[in-house]
Amino acid sequence: MDSTILMFLVQDGVVNGAVYALLGVALVLVFTVTRVVFIPQGAFVAYGGLTMAALEAGRTPGTAWLLLVMGVVAAGMELLRRWGTSPPRVMARILAVDIGVPCGLLAVSLWLPGHGLGQWANILLTFALVIPIGPVLYRIAFQPLADASVLVLFIVAVGIDLTMTGLGLVFFGPEGYRTEVFSAVSFSVGPLNISAQSIWIVAMAAMLLGGLFVFFERTLLGKALRASAVNRRGARLVGIPTSLSGRTAFGLAAFIGCLSGLLIAPVTTIYFDTGFMVGLKGLIGAIIGGLISYPVTAVAALVVGLLEAFSSFEASAFKEVIIFTVIIPVLLWRSLTRPHIEDEE
Amino acid sequence: MSILSIDGVSVSYGKVEAVHDVSLKVEAGAIVTVIGANGAGKTTLLGAAMGLLECRGDIHLDGRPLARMLVEARVEAGMCLVAEKRELFGTMPVEDNLLLGGFRVSRAERRRGLEEVYGRFPRLKQRRGQTAGTLSGGERQMLAMGRALMGRPRLLMLDEPSLGLAPLIVRDILGIVAELRQTGVAILLVEQNARAALEIADYGYVMELGEVIMHGPARRLAHDPRVIESYLGVGSHREAPAQYVEAGEQA
Ligand SMILES: Nc1ncnc2c1ncn2[C@@H]1O[C@H](COP(=O)(O)OP(=O)(O)O)[C@@H](O)[C@H]1O
Ligand SMILES: [Mg+2]
Repeated sequence: MDSTILMFLVQDGVVNGAVYALLGVALVLVFTVTRVVFIPQGAFVAYGGLTMAALEAGRTPGTAWLLLVMGVVAAGMELLRRWGTSPPRVMARILAVDIGVPCGLLAVSLWLPGHGLGQWANILLTFALVIPIGPVLYRIAFQPLADASVLVLFIVAVGIDLTMTGLGLVFFGPEGYRTEVFSAVSFSVGPLNISAQSIWIVAMAAMLLGGLFVFFERTLLGKALRASAVNRRGARLVGIPTSLSGRTAFGLAAFIGCLSGLLIAPVTTIYFDTGFMVGLKGLIGAIIGGLISYPVTAVAALVVGLLEAFSSFEASAFKEVIIFTVIIPVLLWRSLTRPHIEDEE
Repeated sequence: MSILSIDGVSVSYGKVEAVHDVSLKVEAGAIVTVIGANGAGKTTLLGAAMGLLECRGDIHLDGRPLARMLVEARVEAGMCLVAEKRELFGTMPVEDNLLLGGFRVSRAERRRGLEEVYGRFPRLKQRRGQTAGTLSGGERQMLAMGRALMGRPRLLMLDEPSLGLAPLIVRDILGIVAELRQTGVAILLVEQNARAALEIADYGYVMELGEVIMHGPARRLAHDPRVIESYLGVGSHREAPAQYVEAGEQA
């Protein structure tokens, strides 16, 4: 292996690793705050990429309809729970947010494709359609289970992942898509050709990780999220609603998934089920981070990306095997060195 | 009108009833104490009042029924519980714990609250950057109380603030509780340390095996022979039951 290939593989690994790091960090975030192992994280990657692809192709993405249906269900649940106790003003706001907003977004999605406002309008609409699926999903599936065991939450998460992947097939079909690159420029560093898209990916990942750090360290909402993760009962006792932390965590996870999808869609062909494998590699990082450590997760995910690049060059048939095997010694080592982490708080 | 009124409340853990038909009132600005031995059901009663546990019976805050209201909504309505286990955010710094105590109040109020709490507990100001998990028992209790005050509650419920503290620190903490009276907050103080609690309270309830067996003005309770025999027999802090008996014999 000469140095050009080496550098090429490193570039490839860093770009993939950056995406895995984002997803791994999102998994840690959701798990620490809600105790949900967020298997559908990868589905959001596919939804992000494919929603964008549909908009570029001039079609109305199925996610717009999904959001509306989910909004109706969520509003129904919330109204039922509050029946007779909340003032009409609150009820009206729930209807406006859960049903009104998705209706508006659906209208825009029906109208926009024929009018081609360009890449940035499509990106904004993709975010607007995919991100809310996170909090609404929390409201429908996980908020009623706030006291369930980690195992029950895990099983529900797997079920949701299967459902979302299935719906992805219905919405977007079995074909793969690529979207347009953000900019077609590429740079040459010595013999190495670095595409602008790779720089976008790594830069956005770094910025997002930095942004999350600032959010958790500096803002009250970020601290509230950490507090919910550290001591759920303590958080409720100071008036931080469990549901607020849960919705925020799921919203951030959906945002991270959607952004990852948008970033990789120009360089990777996205299928309805692409997200699972991508998410799984983030999950390896998160597991190595013990589902609690952000820095360990980010670094481990980066290593997974590099390892993947090298193993696909050296032994491409065994690429996945190699990656998923690394996890075994790491888990063994962890289980021997770390004290047992309790299931319940 | 009472700020808190609990009417005929019962709480069960499965089939076991831990609190049976308890009624209690806290008037605005008053310090009311509930005393009773370990296992009497004091913590369970507070859990029901705060919405952490389901209960039968009625609980009203300012005459408003609290049934079906979530914990966080009760906080919003002006209640605050300093739990027996303190429930601090152990891996976060003292100051963040305090700021989160003011999660629902405005930014200006939060800043003012922080100054006030640091004024009341200079110790916390010294330790502002230290993580809550590394504090001593007394400091942890101060932090728990400071965090509660940050939310500007109208009803503060304290579950055994003296638990596990040295006698001297107990006096400090309960002294601060007594001082809080001036801020106008109503206090429901649950204590095993009956002597200290009755000293600062206006009114007291005595719980035994999940029921209120006696109540009255704190001064009268402090002189009631039955209370003296069962709860005041020994010095100002918790002892093992056997020593209560010994002290009774000496008296
Ligand atoms: N989580 C629980 N599950 C079952 N029983 C409990 C639980 N918590 C408390 N109890 C029982 O309820 C009774 C009252 O406990 P508690 O309210 O903690 O008393 P206190 O605070 O006065 O010491 C005790 O008999 C205790 O064993
Ligand atoms: Mg207790």
